[in-house]
Amino acid sequence: MLTVGIDIGSISAKAAVIQDGQLVGSKVMLTGYNAKTAGEKVFADLLAELDLARDAPDRIVATGYGRNSVAFAHKAVTEITCHARGAHFQDPAIRSIIDIGGQDSKAITLNEAGGVRDFAMNDKCAAGTGRFLEVMARALEVDLDGFGALSLKAQNPAAISSLCTVFAESEVISLIAKGARRADIIAGIHESVAARVAAMANRVRVQAPVMMTGGVAHNIGVVKALEAKLGYPVQVSAYAQVNGAIGAACLAAA
Amino acid sequence: MSNQDKPIDFEKERRKIKSVKKMKDIMTHYYIDAKTAGETGKKVAWITSGGPVEPLIAMDVIPVYPENHGAMIGASKMGVDLCEKAEGMGYSGDLCTYALADIACSPVDGGPIGGLPKPDMLVCCNNICGTVLKWYEVQARYYDVPLFILDTPFCHTEFSAEAQQYVRRQLDEYLVFLETACGRTCDRDRLQEVGRLSMAGQRLWQAVLDTTVNKPAPMSAFDAFFHLALIVTLRGTQTVIDYYTELLAEMQTRVAEGISAVPDEQHRLLWDNLPIWYRTKWLSEKFASHKACLVADTYTSAWCGSLQYMNEDDFLGSMAEGYSRIYLNIGTDQMAAMVLGMIDKYAAEGLVMHSNRSCKPYSLGQYDIARIVQEQRGLPTLIIEANMTDARSFSESQVETRIDAFMEMLKA
Repeated sequence: MLTVGIDIGSISAKAAVIQDGQLVGSKVMLTGYNAKTAGEKVFADLLAELDLARDAPDRIVATGYGRNSVAFAHKAVTEITCHARGAHFQDPAIRSIIDIGGQDSKAITLNEAGGVRDFAMNDKCAAGTGRFLEVMARALEVDLDGFGALSLKAQNPAAISSLCTVFAESEVISLIAKGARRADIIAGIHESVAARVAAMANRVRVQAPVMMTGGVAHNIGVVKALEAKLGYPVQVSAYAQVNGAIGAACLAAA
Repeated sequence: MSNQDKPIDFEKERRKIKSVKKMKDIMTHYYIDAKTAGETGKKVAWITSGGPVEPLIAMDVIPVYPENHGAMIGASKMGVDLCEKAEGMGYSGDLCTYALADIACSPVDGGPIGGLPKPDMLVCCNNICGTVLKWYEVQARYYDVPLFILDTPFCHTEFSAEAQQYVRRQLDEYLVFLETACGRTCDRDRLQEVGRLSMAGQRLWQAVLDTTVNKPAPMSAFDAFFHLALIVTLRGTQTVIDYYTELLAEMQTRVAEGISAVPDEQHRLLWDNLPIWYRTKWLSEKFASHKACLVADTYTSAWCGSLQYMNEDDFLGSMAEGYSRIYLNIGTDQMAAMVLGMIDKYAAEGLVMHSNRSCKPYSLGQYDIARIVQEQRGLPTLIIEANMTDARSFSESQVETRIDAFMEMLKA
């Protein structure tokens, strides 16, 4: 059986193909203005890369904020259910997930079967999300990819007290003006994201082993800060960004 | 195609609650009476939603509820505009949006009914929150009318003899305040009779709410949000008794005929906090699309929740305890116990909490209650962040994802 999962997030669109219980391919691209077009394109491009015909998939499940705009999907499932299923596919021992995506962050606890036991999501505020880090990277004129490594060089992490993205940005600008080191400011930013996400994770009583998913999992600085706040290690998914799409493909096969 | 040509959806028509029209008529007459009070020589008192209204009814004073008005403003989607206006007047957007909308309405006669009738006096009871103290002070200055404040001590665990005496004495002062404002004495026998009607009305309202113990439920919390208006505004009158008697009969008929609020009800949930007034239709349809019915709520049951402390034979004497021990004036453990009681009674399989930016006393403690419900009943909680009147705090796609995910979890 060949199934496809499509995850349309606020920043990137992801697709994953699963054949007979094996992950055979995945793809990530920017969502851009039109979620509908992004869904079609990520799906078509991935099938082309894998040399599969458009009608090859038996079933397709869409997830993410744009889940209802993927007209050719057989079903739409929320990213919470999909992330749980995706993490379970990757490692059945996983009991909790911390997912930080473009516009939201979430903590999910799982049962033995990969189903959702409980979840919490950030409120309407962008603090503690990928978008928050993007805004900060722009203020600091640093490429977001270099954020993680740079923050590990911090000697004296700055204190970012504001929870609001806009106010935090002005805090960062004033720290720059005061001559604070870039690495210290970035480490401070990571700590503020970690503090916010850890509080949410504790609310649903996350249990180890914890897997981190979403694009922000690629940021080693956030991962380290989160481990420090939680007090135990966090396993970074090898497919952090496409975990939701993998879960959707698994659910399509179910 | 004109409306006449549209095919009638008989199933939808069957599900409609027929008493709705009568309720609308009663509320329209009530507001017309209140707005023409100046011509009929009656006095108008503005009173907080949890305030002791019975003495007003006994004195023939028309009670008017700025909070009911706030709900109407929210439901008619006029909240954002009025909140922005209040912010322009210098009030913080973090304040209660009922207060903001009411304060902003006064100088412009705004809102869905062109402003509330001018008050002759204000009656403020802090059993629901602390904001009402400043809100009513602002309005007392604006309208230059007398204000009576009834201070009900917070009941963490129990209602002490000292608290009883403290509130009881204030109730005597309240009667003196009314007698002074109206220029005549209060007939105690009449007050006793109004108290009896008030309790009878509350019992009937509870009976209406209790019809949802049936599976499927004949009504949902969204219906209760609407039908609530009478027990709030006209408590202590025969009108309430007549209307709820009729509504109860309609619900019993629906139960007998198997007419449910939600088609093919599969899931039963409990709602906590005030409604999100400008989104009740959307939320109702969203839950119904998952075959979920919000069978009960902590909000509408608050207007009959302290009946156990009231005594029909000594109404004035028991008012102190009855008005102090209401849902928003008790400790979190007691609130949780009430929520657990409702979960058991209505066979709910999950809790939906509106974390309301506007109402702090209602939202404080929700995470603890959710934890207690999880620990003692193993039931999950969905938290929806919003604001009862101000639509700027509502994000549809985020709320939709939470509801969909929660329902996926319940169905799994």
